[in-house]
Amino acid sequence: MLTFTARRLVTAVPTLIFISLIIFLLLDLAPGDPTAQLPLTIPPEVRQQIRESLGLGEPVHIRYFLWLKQVVWTEPLHYISEATGLFAAPEGARLISWQTRAPVFDTVLERLPQTLRVVGLSYVVGVLIALPIGIYSAYRQYSVFDQAGTFIAMIGYSVPPFFSGVLVIVIFSVQLGWLPSIYDTTLVVDDWESFKQQLRQMIMPVMVLALQTTAQISRYMRASMLDNLNQDYVRTARAKGLGEWVVVMVHVLRNSMIPVVTVIALGVPAIFGGAIITEQVFKVNGLGQLLITAIQASDIPMVQTITFIFAILIVLFNLIADVLYGLLDPRIRYD
Amino acid sequence: MTDPSTHETAPDAPIEAIAALTDTKPLAPPRSKWAEVWDQFKSHRGALVGGIIFITIVLAVFIGPFLWTIDPTYIDIRARNSGPSWAHPFGTDQLGRDTLARMMAGGQTSIAVGLTAMALALLLGSFIGVVAGFFRRLDGPLMRLTDLFLALPLLPLLLVMVLLFREPLNKAFGPETGIFILIVVAIGITSWMPTARIVRGDVLALKEREFVLAARSIGTTNFQLIARHILPNVMSPIMVSATLGIANAIITESALSFLGLGFPPDFPTWGRLLFDATDYLQQYPERVMWPGAAISLTVLSVNYLGDGLRDALDPRIRGR
Repeated sequence: MLTFTARRLVTAVPTLIFISLIIFLLLDLAPGDPTAQLPLTIPPEVRQQIRESLGLGEPVHIRYFLWLKQVVWTEPLHYISEATGLFAAPEGARLISWQTRAPVFDTVLERLPQTLRVVGLSYVVGVLIALPIGIYSAYRQYSVFDQAGTFIAMIGYSVPPFFSGVLVIVIFSVQLGWLPSIYDTTLVVDDWESFKQQLRQMIMPVMVLALQTTAQISRYMRASMLDNLNQDYVRTARAKGLGEWVVVMVHVLRNSMIPVVTVIALGVPAIFGGAIITEQVFKVNGLGQLLITAIQASDIPMVQTITFIFAILIVLFNLIADVLYGLLDPRIRYD
Repeated sequence: MTDPSTHETAPDAPIEAIAALTDTKPLAPPRSKWAEVWDQFKSHRGALVGGIIFITIVLAVFIGPFLWTIDPTYIDIRARNSGPSWAHPFGTDQLGRDTLARMMAGGQTSIAVGLTAMALALLLGSFIGVVAGFFRRLDGPLMRLTDLFLALPLLPLLLVMVLLFREPLNKAFGPETGIFILIVVAIGITSWMPTARIVRGDVLALKEREFVLAARSIGTTNFQLIARHILPNVMSPIMVSATLGIANAIITESALSFLGLGFPPDFPTWGRLLFDATDYLQQYPERVMWPGAAISLTVLSVNYLGDGLRDALDPRIRGR
């Protein structure tokens, strides 16, 4: 298992390097010019100097390696040295955003908590709703509950977040006026009143994202439970006189969770991508919103870095899913 | 596919075999595979309803403009922001353009994008899947490529692609065709991977079957083997991914338009209409309903259609 994990880690590196190359080269074609928004009175030779100071004078491969070095080496070291103070921060320029002229990673770290709070919580809520629905749907296959669950899952698949989000805004903010339609990230939670406000503004984005998660996970859970419920060991357990609760919730559930856990792990990066839209709907200034504004402003270093972070998340959670699968299911042996 | 039981001779019961041989035609009228598929499909009520709704939407969107002849770009500023009335059943927008006409024009684009992008993704996916499954030497590299594409953050890359290639394509093909080509190609080349994987798996299993060996033994070339023996047998997973592909393409196009990086405002799609309507969410909340409901209903019906097709095309479920 350890060798498998190590091997997967090693193969993840070329994948990531290749993806970073694709992202970098694709964005390198972008028509955006960092000096485009400067006043027209600046003479062209100064403009050229500004471009060169941003590292644009170098050939493509040099810029690629510089960027890669900054993302995977300079920036992490900078934060480690800042946090621990054990060694001096490394020499060399940090990755600067063209838009804000601030280090890209500072902005990313600033936005990350908002995304994590909304996206992470909605994923947890979605999974917690999905599991019982999946279990009960499978246990009472073709019952009214199961049919309703299938229908709701279908709706969850089909209604895109940019419509369900707008729909809940229309219902709960415009018509009923219960919840705020815009997520206020400047809110500081320090007492009961602000905590309630934070809760109220989180309900809608979490609900919208959780609907998507619930739709997928509950179907997987149901299918996985159905696979196991008809197996011989279940009949044996019942024949031994075990209670129905123990049979379903201990014997069947534990075996059914194996594929579901990997699906849950695989869904994490996808939910980050889906959050781009939800953040736009509810005006949450998280990572997704940062990406959209960076794309609109042709802020190439920012877009490259955020896209690469998404890619790292996907590769990482693929790896986690593979390793989890092997750990949970003793029948799976990769070696 | 061949059914082994029809070729069996029964040596221990020669009389019955001879009796059977005297029948000049089969006892039951022959049924084609597609009749069986249709029977199974009919029994799946959701799929039937989904199919009917999808066909209705497509017909309404493509034939509707002949019956409802208001130009979707006609600006009637006096009638702006009006609610549903007989003159404008779905109301008008902030420039007085008829929402029903715009919905039909938008639907044409959205469904056209969905169908074309699906066709492109299917073509790519089936090609890569068949080649990877059939030619062992290409299997490794092609599947690594598929894995790589699956590891790409697709939505950010789609946004970046739209940003990059919008201007050059607009110049080359005009604003409408340019963005259409861009969106279709972008969605197509980022959604072929599931099809490729499924098709490859099926081709790998089919390749070891006897009928492929028989075909090869009489000298069938690789190309003919794929065209006549492999492809017809992987049609069912391809058709199921086709329906899912339409749904996926429509949602992706709407998402791009919703993020303001899709079609331009004077060339409406459902996503674009939804995006424009969110600006007036406080005043005219009903305006987001039409495009939103249209997208959701289309995708829902296509998903149900795909669900029914999967059951109908699977011979193990069929007939139960």
